[in-house]
Amino acid sequence: MTPRRRQRLVLVSLLVVGVGIAASLALMALQENINLFFSPSQVRSGEAPVGTPFRLGGMVVDGSVERGDQSLDIRFDLTDTAQSVTVVFSGILPDLFREGQGIVAQGSVDDSGLFTATQVLAKHDETYMPPEVADALEKAKAMGVQ
Amino acid sequence: MSEFLAMGGYAWYVWPAYAITLLALVMSVLLPIRRHKDLKAQLTVLVRQRDTTDAS
Amino acid sequence: MNQTKANPWRRRFHELGSPPSVYALAGRLAPWLAGICLLLFAGGLTGGLFLAPTDYQQGESYRIIYIHVPAAWLSMFVYAVMAISSAIHLIWRMKLADIVARASAPIGAVYTFLALVTGSLWGKPMWGTWWVWDARLTSELILLFLYLGYMALVSAFDDRRTASRAGAILAVVGVINLPIIHFSVEWWNTLHQGPTVTKFDQPSIAVSMLVPLLMMALAFQFHYGWALLARIRSEILESERRTAWVSDLVGHRS
Repeated sequence: MTPRRRQRLVLVSLLVVGVGIAASLALMALQENINLFFSPSQVRSGEAPVGTPFRLGGMVVDGSVERGDQSLDIRFDLTDTAQSVTVVFSGILPDLFREGQGIVAQGSVDDSGLFTATQVLAKHDETYMPPEVADALEKAKAMGVQ
Repeated sequence: MSEFLAMGGYAWYVWPAYAITLLALVMSVLLPIRRHKDLKAQLTVLVRQRDTTDAS
Repeated sequence: MNQTKANPWRRRFHELGSPPSVYALAGRLAPWLAGICLLLFAGGLTGGLFLAPTDYQQGESYRIIYIHVPAAWLSMFVYAVMAISSAIHLIWRMKLADIVARASAPIGAVYTFLALVTGSLWGKPMWGTWWVWDARLTSELILLFLYLGYMALVSAFDDRRTASRAGAILAVVGVINLPIIHFSVEWWNTLHQGPTVTKFDQPSIAVSMLVPLLMMALAFQFHYGWALLARIRSEILESERRTAWVSDLVGHRS
């Protein structure tokens, strides 16, 4: 390798390393802002803002969903397995909304800790399988528990 | 067949996704191939012109 | 130059990198890549649309995975190719590396665009929104801007060499976005789910669904090869238009 080429190799490497360090520092500084949502624990510990809108993410607690008789009103608990927050929402839910499902709700929390959502998004996991397999897994799990 | 086309009610999401992908993939080979053909034809004309001016 | 003559391997390498032989090789390889690509697409689409079972959670809408995921993978793979060729061009001043980078940019931009659009068409029914500013979607959008920025930069200079170097520097700097895209779903809370196939343990997808997905990914890979060769041929003709071999190629056939 000629000296000029070696010099250019060093320059290009330095460029990549330099930009990498700068980007890491910037992303670390922005860490909190890049997160799309707060968890129920963060809301309970007061990390989430009160009064201003933010996003709350977690799993819908089994058996907590209450629907209004005639309206689109819905009320459910959202958990991160440690803490939970009660959410009220009126509107159209995504097809994937169900108990046990991960969701992200946009809205704000009031002084009593009740979260009023203006939008509810479903967060699905990375698992793909046919329904029969899902059924079989469910059954196996149920039998293992008993 | 109509059940297949319905995609379990998601036809309006699944088929546009496939259609736009097909279109984009076809165009991204068709356009360069056509451009290559045009370029070659263009250069042929240029070279021929140059050859005739050189000869005269 | 003496060195080139002394070492036969080195000479072969240089011949391989010379524009006329690359041009000829590209012309010979293209039909093969095209054939394999079409076969893989036929197999992957049959598998993905007809044979693969319905998903337990997402129903039929999950079938968008067969174009969304390959497009997203390739959008990153093509950028990696572009960045590496740009680095080679910057360091060794290899003409062919520059041509590969220039030819890759529009193809990569198409894959990125497809990943974003098909993702949007998938997100609407499943998540409930066309778009959300989470880390994965935003970093993929930045990738599209990197491609477009590269193409704009390369075409903004009259002098081809300056244009190539400016573009190459942008491509190399932008490579930092690739790990950000890949790890975004692990580093931050995102609406986008985590990786399915590239997990270190078992992929969390049924085999009957995975096989068509891998076929489609391979089909996209060959599509990239095919489109790349087609573009490389034009790029070579364009940059070598004043050379004797191009005149021979187009002139002395009749």
